[in-house]
Order: sequence, then C-alpha cells, then structure tokens
Amino acid sequence: MIWFFLTSGLFLGWSLGANDAANVFGTAVGTRMVKFKTAALVTCLFVALGAVISGAGATHTLGKLGAVNALAGSFTVALAAGVTVAWMTRIGLPVSTSQAIVGAIVGWNLFTSSPTEMTTLTTIVATWILCPVLAAVLAFLMLKFTRLFLYRMRVHLLRQDAYNRFGLIVVGAFGAYSLGANNIANVMGVFVQASPFQDITPFTGLTFSGTQVLFLLGAVAIGVGVVTYSKKVMLTVGGDILQLTPVAALIVVLSHSIVLFLFASKGLETWLAGHGLPTIPLVPVSSSQAAIGAVIGIGLARGGKGLNFRVLGRIASGWVTTPLAAGALAFVTSLFVQNVFEMEVVRPATSAVRWNVEAPSAVDQGLPAIVWAPNLVSQVQEAVVQPAMSTESRGIE
Amino acid sequence: MALVFKQTKQLEAKIDNYLDMVVNGGLHFKQGIGYYLNGQMEDLERCMRDLDSLESDADRMRRDIEALLYLKTLIPESRGDVLGLLEASDRVLNTTAETLAQFSVELPMIIPEVKDSYMALTDASVAALEAMVSAVRAYFRDISRVRDHIAKVHFYEHEADQIADRLKREVFRSDARLSEKLHMRYFALHIEKISDEAEDVSDRLSIATIKRHE
Repeated sequence: MIWFFLTSGLFLGWSLGANDAANVFGTAVGTRMVKFKTAALVTCLFVALGAVISGAGATHTLGKLGAVNALAGSFTVALAAGVTVAWMTRIGLPVSTSQAIVGAIVGWNLFTSSPTEMTTLTTIVATWILCPVLAAVLAFLMLKFTRLFLYRMRVHLLRQDAYNRFGLIVVGAFGAYSLGANNIANVMGVFVQASPFQDITPFTGLTFSGTQVLFLLGAVAIGVGVVTYSKKVMLTVGGDILQLTPVAALIVVLSHSIVLFLFASKGLETWLAGHGLPTIPLVPVSSSQAAIGAVIGIGLARGGKGLNFRVLGRIASGWVTTPLAAGALAFVTSLFVQNVFEMEVVRPATSAVRWNVEAPSAVDQGLPAIVWAPNLVSQVQEAVVQPAMSTESRGIE
Repeated sequence: MALVFKQTKQLEAKIDNYLDMVVNGGLHFKQGIGYYLNGQMEDLERCMRDLDSLESDADRMRRDIEALLYLKTLIPESRGDVLGLLEASDRVLNTTAETLAQFSVELPMIIPEVKDSYMALTDASVAALEAMVSAVRAYFRDISRVRDHIAKVHFYEHEADQIADRLKREVFRSDARLSEKLHMRYFALHIEKISDEAEDVSDRLSIATIKRHE
C-alpha cells in the first residue's frame, strides 16, 4: 500500500523532470549547443546527487508550511501538484513545481483545518518574487561582463564555441545538482514524515538515511521525466521567449543554477550566519522562475528588444494559476479520498508533549507543560502529563 | 572534450588556409594582369594555371569546412553566416580566375594610354579583396577590428569605381575602333566586378558582426 501512495510523489517527480530539466538545459538544447541525450544523462546523474547530498534544507522549510502527517494525505497533495504540473507541461508552459506543491499543501491545510504557518508561507511567496529578480540581475551583469571579456580576449569564434559547449555541460551539471538539492523537497518533502524507508549502509562508512533513500527514489522519477518528456519544454525555454546566443544560453543556465544553489545550500547558510551576515532562507524556489528571470535579464541587457512579451504573459499567468489550481485540486482530492475511499488524509489528534525543562516551576506545581513539535503536530486536543514522566521528549499519538 | 578542441583547432586551421588561398588568388590575378599588359603571355598562361589550381583547391577546402560545420553541428548560431561568408568569398576568387582566363582566351586589345589605368584598377580591386579577407579573419578572431577592414573595402571599391569610370571615358574618347572600345570596357567591368563582390562580402559581414555583438 505504501508503494501505491508513493506513486503520486513519483508522478510529481516525473512532472518535475519533464518540466524543470528544461530550465537547466533548455537554452543549451534549444540553441543546439548540447545534444538532448547528453543533457538528459547529465541532468539525471546530478539531480540524484543534489537530492541525496543536499536535499534536506529546503525540505525542512516545506515541512514547516504544512505538516502532512498521513500517507494518504501526502499522496493526495503530491497527486494534486503532479496533475497540475503535468497539465501545464502538456500545454508547453514552463510551470513551477514549487508553486504547485505549496498550493497543494495550503489546499490540504484548508481541507484539514490545519494551521498554515504564515511566516513560512510569506517567506516562500517572497522568494517567488525575489528568485526571478535575482536571476535577472545576475544574468544582466554576467552578460555585460562576458561581452567585455570576449571583446578584449579575442577568442576565435570556433574556440569560443568549443568553450561554450564545455561550459554549458559543466554549468548544466551544477544546475542539475542545485535543482535536485532545492526541488527534491517538492517531490518527496510531503512523504518525509511518512517515509517507509530505513537507513541503509551499502559500504562501511557510507550510510544513507531513510530520507536520502526516499530522495533517491524521487530523483529516479525526475530522471524518467527528463528522458521521456522534457524535450518539448526545453525547446520552449530555448527559443520562444527570446532568441538566445550560445553565450547568453550559458549565462541563463549559470544564473539559474546560482539562484537555486543559494536557496538550497546549508553550507552557505552556516557560513553567512558564522560571519554575522543575514542568511538566505532554504526554500524550494521555482526553477522555472529563475530561468525565465535570467532570460529577461539577457533581454534587458540587450536593451529590451526581442523579448516576446506574449509568451512571457502566458508564462506569468501560469504562475498565478498554478498554486490556485493545485490548491483547489488538493482540497477536492482530499475530500474525495477521505469520503469515497475512507482513507485518513490527516491524523487528527497528534500532539507532542514533553516536560518543559526550561520551566521547572510548572513541573514542580504538577501542571502539564505542552510544547508544539511542528513536524508532528497539527493540533493538540488534550494532553495530561504525569509528574513522574521522564524529562525527555515523548510523542503521544 | 579533448576531441572537440582538437577538431576545433583543425577547423580553425582550415579556415585560415582557405582565406590564404583567396588572398593568393588576388595576388596571382594582379600578377597575371601585369604580365598581359606587358605582353608576357607565357607568364600569363602559367599564372592562369596556378590560379585555376588554387581555385579548385579552395573549392575543395570550402566544401570540407562546410561539411565539418554541419556534421559536428559547430557554431549553430553563426553557421549560416559563416557559410554565407565563405561562399561569397569563393565567388570573388572565382571571378579573379574567370577574368584572367578571359584575358588569355579573348586577348583584348589594350591601347597604351589606358594600360596604367588598367593596372591601377586591378590594384584597387585586389586591395578591396585583401581588405575583405582581413575583415573575414577579424570576424573569427577579433571582432572589434571588423569595422576597420570593412571601411577599407568600401574605400577601395569606391576607388575602383572612379578608376573604371575614368578608364572608360578615356577609352571611348580614343581613336580605337568601336569593337575594341567595347571590348576594353567589358574587361574593365570584369576587373571592377572583383571589388563589387568584395563589397558584397563586407555587407554580409556587417550584419553577421551585429548578430555576434548581441
């Protein structure tokens, strides 16, 4: 049964692969600088590495938005997001998987009357604006710098072409890694709490946690999406919005990858915090928005000429409709799964209770001290704690 | 990836060799016209044979380059421009070979008063061809210099036009027979055509350069 429930996550992973791989290699394949086969192979490999090695940060943030704590609920949320993304992909629009999953989680929250963490939601929505803007700024600056560099360095056109191809593959690999690290949260984040996998140790000294195994499974689904369906969207990103030169294509992929990496890197967050600098939230950002933002940055660096505003308008409208559609679909699907199939889409009375060790007076007085454990609790109904209990955390279901 | 860089270097060398051939074609043409005007017919024949062989080699080289660019899907974005430039350059080389062959076949009567003008016209046309080749090389290696070379092509083309105009006026005011006058004009037009075709290449190049700047 667990495997059946996971299929919706795998379907969402397939959708993400079909759609978001275009953001990594779309410009390269669209400008015929990299063959689709090469692009697909590199994407599959590095998405898996990114997901397994660095996928936890953004997943944690998504978990805070809504704690989908029942397997049928996870199935419903992922299915709603997956169907939305697949439908948008089918009509050839680069759609955001992040927006779909966030919309679906909020839809699930509304259906189950679970609270939506507004701070997290605000942070995520803010990145929907920040992410394309940041990508556009990066692309704009990098194009200006690259033009100056090429103008001064007098590189032969053919050699520049060879460097560019090499660069597109290397930067594409970085982009795929960042995509895996950042967006695996969208695919498997809702299953983390209900994960059926145990830790495995294939070699001595190398242990994969159950979550990492789950992420690897999601990455495989993404890979299948890349191989089977991403070519069409790659050609949309590559040519429809703005005719890109190969150098511009390289800059688009690099800007997109940097933005995704910034929002997924725990190492960077630790480094910034260590130096007393403001940290960048680890949020699953929209890879589509990053790519489109970068393409706009290129268009602006060229003076705004040649931008196809009709296609941009269609894409922007997709960004609005995606979370709304996914949210509505999650709400309806949850209703259907709960009432027709009589499955539990939310665990109703989960609370985590522990002795409040920081407020011993409450314990001394024999009063129950209740602490929210956000990854487990949707609402607290009642908890009575005996003074004789251990001071260790203890979940009561 | 090492293979890609190796292929790139080979192709760069081929393009350079091809452009060398176009320049050499111009020099052979200039030499051949000089021989004809001085009545050194044997030297003209030798020069013509050299130019013919050079032109055939250049054709083969161009086809090789085109095939490589397509087969290896190199410079996809500039490929059309590059192929167009190479073919247009080839037309200039063909014109030099055909014109020199026509001198050898038709043996036009050139009156002594206009011999210097014919040589000056040849010099200006070949100078336009050389500037054109420099512009094409700059397109590949140093795009900032393309504009300078294109300006030179325009300059020499204009100079060739003026010389041809003067030459034709001189011819038609001479005492030669009308058939000889028409024949001399015909050959002046052919020599002038080389600079016109060089200018066509430079016009293509201007557009291709703007595209590379984007």
